Amino acid sequence: METTTTTPKKSFVRSDATQKLLAFGGLIAMFIVFSLASPNFFQFSNIVGILLATAVNGVLALGATFVIITAGIDLSVGTVMTLSAVMTGVFITFLGLPVPIGVLGGLLTGALAGAINGTVISKMKIPPFIATLGMLYIAKGLSLVISGLKPIYFNDTPSFNKIAMGSVTGAIIPGFDIPNAVLIFFGAAIIANIILTKTILGRYTFALGSNEEATRLSGVNVAAWKIAVYTLAGTFAGLGGVIIASRLNSAQPALGAGYELDAIAAVVIGGTSLSGGEGTILGTVIGAFIISVLTNGLRILSVPQEWQIVITGGIVILAVYADTLRRRRQ
Amino acid sequence: MDENLVLMQGIDKSFPGVHALDHCQFELRAGEVHALVGENGAGKSTMMKILAGIYAKDSGEIRYRGKSVEIHSPKAAQDLGISMIHQELNLMNHLTVAQNIFIGREPRKGIRFWLDEKKINEQTEQLFERMHLKLNPRTKVADLTVAKQQMVEIAKALSFNSEVLVMDEPTAALTDSEIEDLFRFIRKLRAEGVGIVYISHRLEELKQISDRITVMRDGRYIETLSTAETPIDRIISLMVGRTIYESAPEVPEDTDQEIVLEVKNLNRGNALKNISFQLKRGEILGFAGLMGAGRTEVARAIFGADRIDSGEIYLHGRPVEIKSPGDAVKHGIAYLSEDRKRYGLTLGMDVETNIALASFDKFLSLLGWVNDAQTRATAKHYVEALSIKTPGVQQRVKNLSGGNQQKVVIGKWLTADTEILIFDEPTRGIDVGAKSEIYKLLNDLAQQGKAIIMISSELPEILRMSHRVIAMCEGRITGELPIAEATQEAIMKFATQRSGAAQSNGRAAVTSQVGNA
Repeated sequence: METTTTTPKKSFVRSDATQKLLAFGGLIAMFIVFSLASPNFFQFSNIVGILLATAVNGVLALGATFVIITAGIDLSVGTVMTLSAVMTGVFITFLGLPVPIGVLGGLLTGALAGAINGTVISKMKIPPFIATLGMLYIAKGLSLVISGLKPIYFNDTPSFNKIAMGSVTGAIIPGFDIPNAVLIFFGAAIIANIILTKTILGRYTFALGSNEEATRLSGVNVAAWKIAVYTLAGTFAGLGGVIIASRLNSAQPALGAGYELDAIAAVVIGGTSLSGGEGTILGTVIGAFIISVLTNGLRILSVPQEWQIVITGGIVILAVYADTLRRRRQ
Repeated sequence: MDENLVLMQGIDKSFPGVHALDHCQFELRAGEVHALVGENGAGKSTMMKILAGIYAKDSGEIRYRGKSVEIHSPKAAQDLGISMIHQELNLMNHLTVAQNIFIGREPRKGIRFWLDEKKINEQTEQLFERMHLKLNPRTKVADLTVAKQQMVEIAKALSFNSEVLVMDEPTAALTDSEIEDLFRFIRKLRAEGVGIVYISHRLEELKQISDRITVMRDGRYIETLSTAETPIDRIISLMVGRTIYESAPEVPEDTDQEIVLEVKNLNRGNALKNISFQLKRGEILGFAGLMGAGRTEVARAIFGADRIDSGEIYLHGRPVEIKSPGDAVKHGIAYLSEDRKRYGLTLGMDVETNIALASFDKFLSLLGWVNDAQTRATAKHYVEALSIKTPGVQQRVKNLSGGNQQKVVIGKWLTADTEILIFDEPTRGIDVGAKSEIYKLLNDLAQQGKAIIMISSELPEILRMSHRVIAMCEGRITGELPIAEATQEAIMKFATQRSGAAQSNGRAAVTSQVGNA
């Protein structure tokens, strides 16, 4: 029997890191190209704009990463985000509850929607695609019903707007005004990474996606952990809802459709496999940035918005194709 | 009675359409290796999956250390101290070796949420040390050979400190030196008082390692014997037994001598090694062998479903290249899969569509329209000719019985007018009455001049239908018998004939036969 001491390192570089390097290289390349093409691109204000634009999609994509690693899918994160924003508005503006309670309410709304997703999937045995498609509509409808079709404004609670748009860094280093939304996104990404790599929930996320039956036969309560994964994704959607409501200083009930696809695109560009079992938070963060850098750069180059969307689609396919090629070579 | 660690009595289990276990029994003492043998489908794996909490029994009793127990889940079995190593590898390829071994019971630190990765790796290292296994716990399972993966499975089961260890074909993918390691370990466990159930087809292996042997056949308990006092021939004859279709073989008369298909030195990885044979016009050539012997792989290679490493295929003496099932059909070769529901039929569609499926280009009119009247007429013709019992050609195939579904598949390939038909387990899951109809159909086809390969795990079926029998074991053809010389015992001997230096061939063989328990 040969010793296999060298294998882990090699395999790490070969599989996980290659895709990340590829994505990261792509991101850098875009930065260089856009910087050369337009002097307006590499400006502090523009970079902050990119970071801010990434925050909401990025947070949603963090949750989607967990779900996709289990070989599932969550189509509801966009409208659940909206519902969470609306509920935050209900708590703070309609009911006059303190801002922290409202924020917590928003997070719990997302968590509850996720828990329902997880329960429908693991107990009622509805495929994730269908279960979360149902939730997409339910959350969308409820947002409209609860808000009475009108935006809910946070004009009486100026501190709420500060959650996303204030700047803790600006208070410490004058002029270095990175919006809190961005910091929240980075904080959430770090927490997500710790959960994914250091905790039991992360371990079972990978195990479920790698071989659900084997996981079940190992005595793991598969249903309970699946519910936990979807609840986590819902909680991140709730966080996205709080951030977007704070940023817009209002809960917009008609917003949110399409966000789930951006989130999935970010996850996929970041190298997480839709067939489950592999994926990283860093990849997803890079993926989310690629989408917003692309959008931002193309806008600066005056490419019409319609074409930006077309190009994003092309990038998604290219990213997955690169991944497929890598896999085939193995 | 209480000397038994495990006692299973009157165990009954049915799956839809199959009475898998009929009042079976099994006992296991502490400190013994008890082998469980029988042909494919005898019920060995089912019996042990009930013990391991994977299947629920319909009736019967399990006593563990003298106490009656109900084992509802794999977890419940593990808690009692019963572990099972499955024939199909049950590992998470994306996780490391250590992560796999400790899945479901990871050491934690601080609050219960945190993994103690260091401890997971350390404990795995200790475990490997005890097993004399040189393996890095941090290696991803996907990067291991199949043999190594198998060792991980075994290490995992052992790490439970189990009192009962069930091994389902543990050596299928191991090399001889690895088998030696395993046996050493099994003997050590036995000395420590662990009860080991050892399911294997390799009878000479059982002679080496087991204390007692229980034989099962057709879902029934046959006998429990002491290994030392029982010659292998006796075990084989008990496994084979007397079966329900003892009717005289209906072998059609002389076949003419024209060779339709010739295969020379076909190789594919470890699944197929130097496969060569000839198939004549009007002949039924039986392929016998145990689960994972490589029979299905031969069929898939000829049919272009799997890429081959080397080898030649000749049709009527001319070399042909078959790179895809599409090529095979063009050359007049049909493959009727053992899993007709997955690979043979579009269940949700009607009889007519299914029959036309492989040959739609015959029914196209100008502009690419499908000529419905023609497909309907053809479907009606075969419904009649094959006496398919269906209310009409518009009936969805999923509403037909297994036997009639099989006939629809046959109708499909007759419509495509292929010259060579490869039947893979043509009567699996089909009731006895419908079986004889399928047999008659095969005979008719042979008499019409079709060349037929029939893969079957049921020896009586092989003996009844074939003109010639080829036996396979571990990806090799181990014997060829004219029907006059073929007996169940003779075939079984070839089918269990391992080569001296067995290489790992487990993966392909095992996965292709999943569910055959």
